This record gives sequence, C-alpha cells and structure tokens, in this order.
Amino acid sequence: MTRDAGRPVATPSQTVGPFFHFGLTANAALGTLAKDGVRGERIGLRIRVLDRDGPVPDAMVEIYHADAEGQYGQAHFDGFGRLPTDGDGTCVFETIRPGAVSTRADGAQAPHVNVCLFARGLLRHVYTRIYFSGDAALDEDPLIALVPPARRSTLLASQPSGEPAVWEFTIRLQGEGETVFFAL
Amino acid sequence: MSTPQELAHSQPPLLYPPYKSTIPRAPAEPMIQVPRSFADLAAPLFGHLPIGGTDNDLTRQHPGEPLGERIVVAGRIADEDGRAVPDTLVELWQCNAAGRYFHARDDHPAPLDPNFGGAGRTLTDANGIYRFVTIKPGAYPWRNHHNAWRPAHIHFSLFGTSFQSRLVTQMYFPNDPLFPYDPILQSVPDEAARQRLVSQFDLALTEPEWALGYRFDIVLRGRHSTPFEGRV
Repeated sequence: MTRDAGRPVATPSQTVGPFFHFGLTANAALGTLAKDGVRGERIGLRIRVLDRDGPVPDAMVEIYHADAEGQYGQAHFDGFGRLPTDGDGTCVFETIRPGAVSTRADGAQAPHVNVCLFARGLLRHVYTRIYFSGDAALDEDPLIALVPPARRSTLLASQPSGEPAVWEFTIRLQGEGETVFFAL
Repeated sequence: MSTPQELAHSQPPLLYPPYKSTIPRAPAEPMIQVPRSFADLAAPLFGHLPIGGTDNDLTRQHPGEPLGERIVVAGRIADEDGRAVPDTLVELWQCNAAGRYFHARDDHPAPLDPNFGGAGRTLTDANGIYRFVTIKPGAYPWRNHHNAWRPAHIHFSLFGTSFQSRLVTQMYFPNDPLFPYDPILQSVPDEAARQRLVSQFDLALTEPEWALGYRFDIVLRGRHSTPFEGRV
C-alpha cells in the first residue's frame, strides 16, 4: 500500500435527481454570463443534451470558461453559468467567446468552454469541453491531442445557418456519436 | 488526489442497471483522462455571491412554520488532506416532511406544505463549518421498480476549491430500513463509502427544547499537496 492510513477519502457522488430546479436553477440570471461591462464577442451558446432515447428534459448544465483574454476568475467576468434543460433537452447561455488559455504548463489551449453535466440517471456528473469549429488553434490544443481523431468532432460547436451570433453544441450521453467525456 | 482505483471503489459507476435511468444515459465510451496540470482550474467565484438572511434556515422562509420534525444539519467540509474548505458555497434541497417536493413534476399524492420550500444555501466559515436548520424530509415512492421507495435524504451541492472538487450528493439519516432497497445509495460499491453518506445523530448539535442535530461531514476531491507516488 502506498496510501496513508486514515487519510480522508472523497465523499461519494449521488445523482442530482429530477427535482433539483427549485434548489439549484431558480436563479435564471445564471444563464447570462455576458453582463453589462463584460468585454468580448457576444454569443448565444445553445446546448442540447440527448441520451440513447432522445432529448434529456431534466439535465442541469454548468459551464465555466475564461474571458476574452483567456483569463479565469476576473472581476469583470466570473465565467460561471448554470441552466436547466427544457423539454427539448436544450438550454441557451448568453456569454462571450472565450480567448485561448495560455497559462498551462502543457502549452496554449484553444478557446473552450468547460461543461459539467448533471441529470437524473447520472450517478456522477460528467465533464466535457466545447471548442469552436474552425478555430486555428484547435490543431495545437494539448487536450484534443489526447482524444482519438475519430471522436474529436464531438467536442466542436458549430454555427447554425442564419444565426451568426449563435453556437450550437450537442451532448450525446450514449449511442452513435457519443460525446467525449473527460475524467479529472 | 484519489487514484482511479480508489475512485472506482468509493464513487458510483455511471452504469448501474438496478437504477434504471442509468441505462440510457450512462456514457459507454472510455473517458479521456485529463493531465493533472489541466485539472486545477480555479473554482467559480460563485461562493462570493450574497447569501440571504434566512437562506440557511428553511423553517423561516415563509410566514408560518413548516410541519414536521425540526432538525439542525451541520458539518465540516474538508479536502482530501483533511484541511478545512472555508468560504465555499453549500446548497441543499429536499422534499417536505410528507415526502413531497416543491416541484411541478412531483405528482406523489402527499400534501405540499405552504410554509416549506425546501431549498437552502450558505457559506462555510473559516473552519469549513456549515449549518442549516430544516425539517426532516420524508421517504417517498418512485417508479424505478415495483414498490420502490427512496430513503429520506437531503440533496447537497458543493463547489470546493477547484473544478475537480465539484460535488453533488445526498445525505441520509441513520438506521433507515430502506437503505438495502435503494439502488441510488447501493450504487456506491464500498460499504464504508456508503456509510459516509449517512449523517450521524449528534447530541452536541442538538438544541434543547428545539431541534435534533445531525452531523454530515463532507470530503471534496483535490488540493492534495503531497504526491503519493513513491511513498511506501
């Protein structure tokens, strides 16, 4: 054994269940990250959650991302959002397009949004990342490099035609085109 | 940091067929392990938002007193080094004493209580201590399988100090006869880990003539200072 006897072990996770809304998502303002005074390109980030059978109408999506300069936790922009999905499995965050994050020892990371997903049926939350299609920095991103090439496209948001300020991202929990999830 | 083996033992798997909702939702592909240097993103600043005066007392959020058994729920939030996690947001939500949630989709035929919403939030103090006053929630049926009942529980949500330490869990009450029949609690493989989800009656937290006290300590992942590799 290499472990210290008696060292605390993390408390187990349990599902968020179907009835979290009045406790966790009553504050709709948590869907608006791009408040007045936040610098950067305004975008709508539309996230749709699907399971094997279709839309997930009772998920909670948390996002966390850097500001337009790639900095976390700035006074003008705390970078945190939280929304429930609707009957179609969808939620829309009003935010800004994040900048490349360059403070990692691993090298510059392409602009991305961290996603933490909770739902009935998920005994633990799962993490994924949203990257932006067409970004020149994608090829250099050290985390994408760890993902099998055939699955990388599941991490890309795209822009629907006719909605220039909107990025769309689909989370497929299971089945064809299952989204890449990350273990921290 | 927990090893993958420890996590597999003390955390529930994503697919646990006795809990039927995991079957269509559990990701099946292998997860990509994020290198440690990526995992230490600073936590959201969420815990710095103002907390309302009655947010930690669920018995005082309405004009009248809620029905049910008044209780104190308190504990210490620590990291895997045992160090207190101060100033971190603790959110909880629960059903009322009759086992009914203040939620449109809960159609369990038990009464709502106009004096009980069931949601609270607070910050830990400098020693990582949180404290709520609430009502003991009831057990309630669900449709996972025939005659399925959830043991009484309170949902908790915590942020901690890093993206990795995010935790949503459920607190149970001692000696509940429903434990062996509840696939959500039983999804945790290790008996000792399951026991960490069960609060303990605590006479020191109990307020005379007022409320029983239950202690629920929580350990969040992360912020482990000393690499364990190489130590024997």
